[in-house]
Amino acid sequence: MSENIKAALEAYTSTVEKAIAKFPERPNLPEQRLYTPVDLGDQDYVSEIGFPGQYPFTRGVQPTMYRGRFWTMRMYAGFSTAEESNKRYRYLLANGGSGLSCAFDLPTQIGYDSDDAISAGEVGKVGVAIDSLADMEILFDQIDLSKVSTSMTINAPASVLLAMYIAVAEKQGVSADKLKGTIQNDILKEYAARGTYIFPPKPSMRLITNIFEYCSKNVPNWNTISISGYHIREAGSTASQEIAFTIADGIAYAEAAIKAGLDVDAFAGRLSFFWNAHNNVLEEVAKFRASRRVWAKVMKERFGAKNPKSWMLRVHTQTAGSMLTAQQPNNNIVRVALQTAAAVMGGTQSLHTNSRDEALALPTEESVMVALRTQQIVAYESGLADVIDPLAGSYYVEALTNKIEKEAWEYINKIDELGGAVEAIEKGYIQKEIQDSAYKWQMAVESGEKVIVGVNKFQVEEKPVEGLLKVDDSVGALQKKKLDALKERRDSAAVAAALANLEAGCKDESVNLMPLILEAVKTYATLGEICGVMRKVFGEYEAHVNL
Amino acid sequence: MDIAKELLAGSRLALSRAITAVENEYDEAVDIMKKLYPHTGNAYVIGITGPPGAGKSTLTDKIVKEYRRLGKTVGVIAIDPTSPFSGGAILGDRIRMNELTLDEGVFIRSMGTRGSLGGLSHKTADAVKIMDAAGKDVIIVETVGVGQSEVDIVKAADTTLVVVVPGLGDDIQAIKAGILEIADIFTINKADRDGADKLNVELEMMLDLYQDKLEWRPPIKRTVAHRNEGIAELVQTLEEYYGYLKETDKLTERRTERVKAEVLAMLEENIGRYVTRTMQSDGEFEQMVQQIQKREADPYTLVADLLKRLLK
Amino acid sequence: MEKRIRVLVAKPGLDGHDRGAKVVARALRDAGFEVIYTGLRQTPEQIAEAALQEDVNVVAMSILSGAHPQLFPVVVNLIREKGMKDVLIIGGGVIPDGDIPALKEAGIAEVFTPGTPTGDIVKFINENV
Repeated sequence: MSENIKAALEAYTSTVEKAIAKFPERPNLPEQRLYTPVDLGDQDYVSEIGFPGQYPFTRGVQPTMYRGRFWTMRMYAGFSTAEESNKRYRYLLANGGSGLSCAFDLPTQIGYDSDDAISAGEVGKVGVAIDSLADMEILFDQIDLSKVSTSMTINAPASVLLAMYIAVAEKQGVSADKLKGTIQNDILKEYAARGTYIFPPKPSMRLITNIFEYCSKNVPNWNTISISGYHIREAGSTASQEIAFTIADGIAYAEAAIKAGLDVDAFAGRLSFFWNAHNNVLEEVAKFRASRRVWAKVMKERFGAKNPKSWMLRVHTQTAGSMLTAQQPNNNIVRVALQTAAAVMGGTQSLHTNSRDEALALPTEESVMVALRTQQIVAYESGLADVIDPLAGSYYVEALTNKIEKEAWEYINKIDELGGAVEAIEKGYIQKEIQDSAYKWQMAVESGEKVIVGVNKFQVEEKPVEGLLKVDDSVGALQKKKLDALKERRDSAAVAAALANLEAGCKDESVNLMPLILEAVKTYATLGEICGVMRKVFGEYEAHVNL
Repeated sequence: MDIAKELLAGSRLALSRAITAVENEYDEAVDIMKKLYPHTGNAYVIGITGPPGAGKSTLTDKIVKEYRRLGKTVGVIAIDPTSPFSGGAILGDRIRMNELTLDEGVFIRSMGTRGSLGGLSHKTADAVKIMDAAGKDVIIVETVGVGQSEVDIVKAADTTLVVVVPGLGDDIQAIKAGILEIADIFTINKADRDGADKLNVELEMMLDLYQDKLEWRPPIKRTVAHRNEGIAELVQTLEEYYGYLKETDKLTERRTERVKAEVLAMLEENIGRYVTRTMQSDGEFEQMVQQIQKREADPYTLVADLLKRLLK
Repeated sequence: MEKRIRVLVAKPGLDGHDRGAKVVARALRDAGFEVIYTGLRQTPEQIAEAALQEDVNVVAMSILSGAHPQLFPVVVNLIREKGMKDVLIIGGGVIPDGDIPALKEAGIAEVFTPGTPTGDIVKFINENV
């Protein structure tokens, strides 16, 4: 049959050549005009594409997908104080949001207290400021942690924030084994793309494997890591690079955990991923599909995982922040809707949609509502969620899935040659590849080769946007006051003892640090104090910059 | 602002502006250098060179910190290549030394190679003198590569430290290509990597080959700069070599050679500039070129006549 | 004379988003400038001192975290205090239009918001140094 099609395609091509000569194509289009069965060659459906919920999971990780229930609509939020963010969380839950996603401010993400000199100007800006368990108690006030699932975008100090979450739950009377949620905990992409690292790779990897081990015994329903391509893409990578570098990171985490003595099937089922939903809808769908196939092969063939759960790439998605434009911000609503469609047709497990005003500031409540409604419209009205993996069998989407998979393997092999993701990052290889892609993109936009509506085409004179969210600058002072009061009332001897225990533990590589951190957190030792102890023992990461 | 005066009074801004004047060839540069010259000759000048990726900047950062621990003030001149296409440059060494920025005993200046390489070695030498006059005890000139230009630049140094790393492929070949003659000390950086022992053996064998010609056999040290390993020992070796230079009068010898070369270079440059300026101003030069091109005259006779006239 | 425009590209504060800063650094290099990139997490004091030691003509800062109202003016003041009256100081990042007048008042010569072509930045520097 395929010979038949090939011959027919050749005949067809020769007849249309004249027409093409007369009507030249637009520049910069994907390499082929038309995709046909010829592009899929002899691909075997059952073994290489397969069925939903079955290896290699091209079509999705569950057999029912959205016919059972929709993805989790999880809106990333947090700013100012714990009190303010708690209000926003309860608003989102009341309006049909189905999970929480906490954004922390930069001092929290880098392990500094709000009153540290280096925190000046940053307190409460890109997320909520958490200095101690006291703030965390306020953050989840009146939110039942046995019911809600919570995702926390926290990496270098992930162990500390997770410990605080466990401690808050305990106070609510919820035991750790009932907790559901995710910590991002992905330090490698911090080195490569996002920049909120603290410690060097070796102790960082230890902290991560400590969490894997602790959670497998005590917090079994917790996703211990969200291996993130999102920020790699935001930093400028291509779709193939996004999944390749992230899966290479995943390989490094798995290897570290196995080296620490864990069985692959004991932790692999709790690994989760985080993708970007970018502008090119079909490329994104193909990316999601390809990534599941690559990870399934990695887990089954490379690591010999036996449990099918270990083979599944479960993914949270966020629409691409870097594709939002400051120009004509309402256009962003449309971009986000298309990105949402891509993530849903790609089979994501949960989704955050960005708000139209985020190229200008943190989103207002009204903008967040539109973003959440976008997901609900796609879920309930568009029909895109009614059939599993609806684009499977499209000649183009299948061919593109294959192409992205191939490119991803090439990168993964190259990184293996360099000695793995940690080495590749320390050599600056991954950063350089991302920077080169970012620069190429920027130059394509500036030359007009790539059109961004409202930015380099169809511009209009605009008035400044009114009514943006402004974080009150007094948050820093407020947090400082709270810290002073806390230090007055807590048992300082207990704090000092817990920190001394932690310091001793840091120096002994055979110790799991999670229980020690949990103890310290419960004495109301601050995040800065706990990370300070670890900084003292572990040192700090020095970035590799190679422009 | 009287740059020289303020520099000598301790102004960091004046120090910075003096280097700019030299680097940009401002007219006042000569005047500044004249005033500073009597105050030079006190610093220990160390050149650090080696192939890209050898970790020179990180190593420099750690060496500076060690010298600071020993109570010395330090100046750093970090040189990066200028893009031949745009004339621009990314000067990226400083990023490895961020922790030193707020140390008042340290001054770091990044320079691009810009146009002419001969000009660069001259400017580097002046920048060293400026830091010297500003009272820096130790001045480090860090430059990438192992080509002729780098050799010229490190000639401004009392001691040249050559950084090599395992696993850069044909490193030994690169070293043979000319670095041996300038190396006073080697360090194998990233010495925790595979291949450090092999590289060490190869270096020793190469030195054996030249044993007869070597008055000083360059010691081979090992460092892991990003973990601060071997740095104190390396600095000790740098100091030992400085002691050796002083004891054996080699320091005076080297510095005399340097002055000689410098004066000759300045003479050539100034005569050249004078000659072209004089002749180009009255159009005579163009006439001469035309005559020679038409074979109405030959360049040998004309140049000899000219010299007689210009230098009388 | 062999003059080059020298630019310090800096990321004050704790924000790790350096895609823009790096793209701008490369574009400035390709425009013939000498670019000193200082990397992440620089304090205003570090930025001002690096500007002095490198004797730059331009300091270009990028912040995406919203800390610009606090940090940009501090850098301007520190640089001026060091006697560098003629340094052109520019900023970029996620900066609402409403914040721009105050930043200019504080001495930021120009603010470049998302979507600015790098060519505009080059042009501004060439016209104002």
